[in-house]
Amino acid sequence: MRYKDYYQVMGVPRGASQDEIKRAYRKLARKYHPDVSKEKDAEDKFKELQEAHEVLKDPEKRAAYDQLGENWKQGQDFRPPPDWGQGFEFSRGHGGEEPGGFSDFFSQLFGQRSPFGGIHGRGRAGGGFAAAGQDHVARVEIDLEDAYRGGARTIELRTPEMTADGHVTVKPRALRVSIPAGVTEGQQIRLAGQGSPGIGGGPAGDLYLEVTIRPHRLFKVEGRDVSLTLPVAPWEAALGETVAVPTLGGTVDMRLPAGARAGQTLRLRGRGLPGRPPGDQLVLLKVELPPDSPRARQLFEQMKREVPFDPRAGLGK
Amino acid sequence: MNSIDRILEGQMLDETVWLDIGQFCAHLRVERHWIVELVDAGVIEPHGPAPEAWSFPASALVRARATARLVNDLGVNLAGVALILDLLEERRRLEHRLEELERLLVR
Repeated sequence: MRYKDYYQVMGVPRGASQDEIKRAYRKLARKYHPDVSKEKDAEDKFKELQEAHEVLKDPEKRAAYDQLGENWKQGQDFRPPPDWGQGFEFSRGHGGEEPGGFSDFFSQLFGQRSPFGGIHGRGRAGGGFAAAGQDHVARVEIDLEDAYRGGARTIELRTPEMTADGHVTVKPRALRVSIPAGVTEGQQIRLAGQGSPGIGGGPAGDLYLEVTIRPHRLFKVEGRDVSLTLPVAPWEAALGETVAVPTLGGTVDMRLPAGARAGQTLRLRGRGLPGRPPGDQLVLLKVELPPDSPRARQLFEQMKREVPFDPRAGLGK
Repeated sequence: MNSIDRILEGQMLDETVWLDIGQFCAHLRVERHWIVELVDAGVIEPHGPAPEAWSFPASALVRARATARLVNDLGVNLAGVALILDLLEERRRLEHRLEELERLLVR
């Protein structure tokens, strides 16, 4: 088990006041909260922060943690002292569940079966008590092609589990899940009975998968609509030619309107993600000049002489 | 335990699925008054005139869950959550627009 330096995690000195700890938590929580953060690994960092705050905000836990001494380093190999927790008075009896996914370090020192836990002295699931298991929410990232076609996909999850000796560990588990065709960013899929097991015969909780779609090389997604930037030659745009356009369902031919302009968006109805109604594919035109060559220059020179055109006429003198 | 060979079928919770207030509460395992507070604060918008007649698109569950997390983790009140969620939605829309413009400019 690795030592966790909760003061380092929260960026406060060991002598910080409870108010300073609260302020540091609020500040870092705003930075790393998975619902608002754009930081990489925000979810893991926020979990680490919550764990540190869980200990440092509680004077009893903090005092016990401080007694471990200040010479431990973050990540150092650690075993709890045999007399851990002795000599402290504990507030007990709330019986609340500890948040899932905390480290083994936290679980051993402050988890439910530790001297600080809430379930000592009473049997779990005893006395005819029954309760539904907790619901879980997991974010899953799928490819846009999977969202378009649907089909079975294997999803790797890290699930907090209570071990026989009362510690919470995070176990990997894999599920084969049928992804419905047309699933969109942010949508939820409910898997009944795949959450935590129930207590005392209560029903298991549910697992809610929140779908995110991996960025695609060609397409951007907005709801069920997908968009694509399509490079076209100046003469294709000017003359209104038929061009091949990649879509999620395969390449289709699209006729450009004569005189099409760069930045113009054309709509391929029903070519987005399936649904009722299906989304569209938006095609954004980008006019590309041909590579420089003597012949190209010659033709541009000819256009310069023969086609009156001032692209900056609207800018004024 | 699940076998990896077994394919789990899930229930899609999108805007085509509508839930009454009882079903909405059951999904979130919360009391009805909390949902009324979310509606009063403008976090989620039901169809229908009164709680008995309210219906919610299942997609509102995502917003309701995010609200619970933001209230618990950041200590924000419901009016603040409504503002945060609206601004996040606006940020997402602007990022999308920015990406489109960048694709036009950089090639």
